[in-house]
Amino acid sequence: MPDLSVNFCGVRSPNPFWLASGPPTNTAHQVMHAFEEGWGGAVWKTIGEPIINTASRYGAVDLKNVRMMGLNNIELISDRPIEVNFREISEVKKRFPHNAVIASLMVESRRESWQEITHRANDSGADMVELNFGCPHGMSERGMGAAVGQVPDYAAMITAWVKEAATIPVIVKLTPNVTDIAHMAAAVAAAGADAVSLVNTFNSIVGVDLDTFSPCPQVQGHGSHGGYCGPAIKPIALHMVSSVARHPGAQIPISGIGGVGAWRDAVEFMLLGATSVQVCTAAMHFGFRIVREMAAGLDEYLREKGMASAMDLIGRSLPRIMDWGDLNLNYKTIARIDAEKCIGCNLCYIACEDGAHQCITSDARPAADLRHGPIPKHVPKILDDECVGCNLCSLVCPVPGCISMIEVDTGRPAMTWRQLQEARGKSPMCDMRDLLAKGGVAGD
Amino acid sequence: MALNHPAPRLSPEELERTFADINPPLTRAQALEEGSRCLFCYDAPCIKACPTRIDVPLFIRQIMTGNTVGSARTILDANILGHSCARVCPTSVLCEGACVLNAEGKRPVSIGSLQRYSVDRILDSGKRLFSPGPDTGRRVALIGAGPASLSCAFELRRCGHQAVLFDSRPTPGGLDAYGIAAYKMRAADVQREIDMIREMGVDIRCGFTVGVDVSLAQLESEFDAIFIGVGLGRTDRLGVPGEDLQGSVDALTFIEQTKMNGLASVAIGRRVAVIGGGNTAIDCVTAARRLGAEEVYMIYRRGPEDMTAFAYEIELAKKDNITFRWHTLPVRILGNSSVEAVQLICTRPGPPDASGRHAPEPIPGSEFTLPVDMVIRALGQQKKVDFLSTIPALALRKGCVVVDPETGQTSNPKYFAGGDCVNGAAEVVDAVAEGKRAARGIHAMFSINSTVAGREASHA
Ligand SMILES: Cc1cc2nc3c(=O)[nH]c(=O)nc-3n(C[C@H](O)[C@H](O)[C@H](O)COP(=O)(O)OP(=O)(O)OC[C@H]3O[C@@H](n4cnc5c(N)ncnc54)[C@H](O)[C@@H]3O)c2cc1C
Ligand SMILES: Cc1cc2nc3c(=O)[nH]c(=O)nc-3n(C[C@H](O)[C@H](O)[C@H](O)COP(=O)(O)O)c2cc1C
Ligand code: SF4
Repeated sequence: MPDLSVNFCGVRSPNPFWLASGPPTNTAHQVMHAFEEGWGGAVWKTIGEPIINTASRYGAVDLKNVRMMGLNNIELISDRPIEVNFREISEVKKRFPHNAVIASLMVESRRESWQEITHRANDSGADMVELNFGCPHGMSERGMGAAVGQVPDYAAMITAWVKEAATIPVIVKLTPNVTDIAHMAAAVAAAGADAVSLVNTFNSIVGVDLDTFSPCPQVQGHGSHGGYCGPAIKPIALHMVSSVARHPGAQIPISGIGGVGAWRDAVEFMLLGATSVQVCTAAMHFGFRIVREMAAGLDEYLREKGMASAMDLIGRSLPRIMDWGDLNLNYKTIARIDAEKCIGCNLCYIACEDGAHQCITSDARPAADLRHGPIPKHVPKILDDECVGCNLCSLVCPVPGCISMIEVDTGRPAMTWRQLQEARGKSPMCDMRDLLAKGGVAGD
Repeated sequence: MALNHPAPRLSPEELERTFADINPPLTRAQALEEGSRCLFCYDAPCIKACPTRIDVPLFIRQIMTGNTVGSARTILDANILGHSCARVCPTSVLCEGACVLNAEGKRPVSIGSLQRYSVDRILDSGKRLFSPGPDTGRRVALIGAGPASLSCAFELRRCGHQAVLFDSRPTPGGLDAYGIAAYKMRAADVQREIDMIREMGVDIRCGFTVGVDVSLAQLESEFDAIFIGVGLGRTDRLGVPGEDLQGSVDALTFIEQTKMNGLASVAIGRRVAVIGGGNTAIDCVTAARRLGAEEVYMIYRRGPEDMTAFAYEIELAKKDNITFRWHTLPVRILGNSSVEAVQLICTRPGPPDASGRHAPEPIPGSEFTLPVDMVIRALGQQKKVDFLSTIPALALRKGCVVVDPETGQTSNPKYFAGGDCVNGAAEVVDAVAEGKRAARGIHAMFSINSTVAGREASHA
């Protein structure tokens, strides 16, 4: 039986599934229920001077009839008194000593404030603290959250203050609203952070009411930008996690966050370098019960792959992420349509024709109805010699397994762009400073 | 009508229940869910399978994006009887039969229901989406006010031509109003749609039989073109003794009663035999059952594989617990003044006939008697040869008007035609398509004539 537990900065968690700091971790009542359902850990709703929230607070993006592909909120940190939060953390820790409880913290940017709250966290029995340098709305206007997380020096400074006071590991939660999140990770790692968690939410406006002209969510007809999360952000979060994991200056554990809702998502984050994952939107959407399937799915996957421990997943895909210039230009695939499976929707045809490389042909569909006999299937054809192997047709095809990308042997040896440039006697790198100096004339 | 054993009458409430809409309207939530199943196929097969070529993927996308008015415009632009069609089209052999989801073993998108969802909203709102074109001074007479003529008239008005419809009946709509099974659509539903057409300035004159109340010569002198949309005639007779007994009725009269007189006024026998194997026969057995008949027989001279009714219609009859009597032929109807029984004879498949099917051959000595209180004959409808042959130089083939497949023009260039009188009995949607085709043909003829006239005028 595979071991699902993970060791995160020396803290053991029965599985890698943690609730992210947010509404699901507001109270002891919720967190205890979550642990009963099987969550391995929980990051408490960010603790600080209690705030006042607005109504309404959330907006969402639906995809056809799938609700909440993306969720946006303008909610702030905990609205409950600091002492209540810490008292409840102690209670939870007493009842669930083997689950990871992490106190998320955010206070004004003063050394005394941060150290004072860190002491209280140490005393509460929490396993770790997470510094919320990510909240992109409201708190940032008060010089906290993303206002800290967007400036490497501020983030490093506060991390160092907390490290002075902390007796437990310190995780820094990063905002994705920066140009290079790995740079931020390296800055806080250098300042002593034991781990990073990412991502917090993305600056966003989820929509505008076409009748009232008010942005969503609206507060008495007005709105404010909010933080975007949920399934929609997962690809961006995956990339950010991998870029931190690959940064030589940020070789500390990562808790991956953003759009996790099922075991598959969690495995992807772990393969790209995360030791644990955190979940907010999916728990808000479906409740804590989803963790059962997450654990069962991970268990099944590890068995199938013959892995003894969930920790074996961590970073396994990282060596496969390369710079574009190191990819083999002589590797070729072309699309193949399985005429048996094809249902004749011709979406591949029009996608390639209008949106790609005009490598699929299809005649005009003849008029036909069943009163006059069977309707022949209208299967498009790939022009093998033209197909550039871009994947688009296979992505738009609605039938599983109908269009596959087949590898074809070009007979040519592997050749990367870097090698090609070298063979051409040109530099594979383009240094922007050189370029500026030369007045914008590049080599290739 | 005095019946030997009338079935006990159902209360109006019970009748409303038995004749309830077999395809109830979708709620918004259902429409969004159903619409989300549409793949938005390119060069979509549903469009090609709809005789009126409604851009189905487009109108569904419009519903999905909250542009319901636009979706109705897409539908009605191609098919002004989009409401009727949504409810009466045999979609499983038309648009939905062509849906690519079938090929994947999935249920097709419910195009008819989505179409109804869209058009219902427009009809309910009273919004008018089209307006007549600038007056051209051209006048077109349309004989009949069934789907073919209504569709033709609407298109003519959009081009600015005057359209005057003449129909013998007291209300317009043709078989769309008085022939469609009541559980698919009520007569009143059709009138809402017709109002929309009327408001385009279409002049509908009911109670005028062309050839009786108004002569062809008069139409020819007053109008620049004439559209023939007369449909078909009475139901064929069985040609057996006893056919005129009380309780022996023809299908169209029977169905018309259910549509026009109110369900509660229609008498039905305890035991009813319906003769025929087409869609009309199905409409009769299901109506008889819903009116309260206890035993309903469908008497067909061939086997189930030869029935011309659509598969889903046959399923409907099966669900209604109809007794099918394949390979049987009525010999005579028995009774004193009212029907008491029908005498039948068994048949076997003989050599193939003109239609390629085996001609049924009676098996000598196989007669038997089935006690019934009503016999409904649902054979085909007669062609209107008597009327059509009064139109000068009008070519007919097997009783149907011959037209140019591009323009709907007949052998007499002043006359155009469409609908059942051309296709020999198809669906409402075909009549709409053919009416539209003829309108374009007429408009093209007017345009050519006016260019010629213009050229002649400038040469003079
Ligand atoms: C019982 C039954 C059920 C049907 N069910 C369906 C169904 O479920 N779905 C479907 O799509 N189709 C159905 N159909 C077929 C459909 O009703 C017809 O295909 C369609 O109505 C044909 O339209 P039309 O305009 O050609 O003729 P019609 O609808 O027959 O209209 C012709 C009109 O012309 C008038 N007329 C005729 N002669 C003259 C004259 N000399 N002067 C003035 N007026 C005249 C008639 O009074 C009539 O109103 C059904 C048909 C029948 C008989
Ligand atoms: C309503 C709401 C409130 C949140 N509040 C906090 C918070 O107080 N502190 C914090 O660090 N992150 C907060 N987050 C961000 C989440 O912890 C998480 O980083 C983000 O939602 C991405 O994960 P997801 O895609 O699983 O939701 C909040 C998110 C939501 C939706
Ligand atoms: S008119 Fe009839 S066949 Fe055409 S799309 Fe609508 S329901 Fe389908």
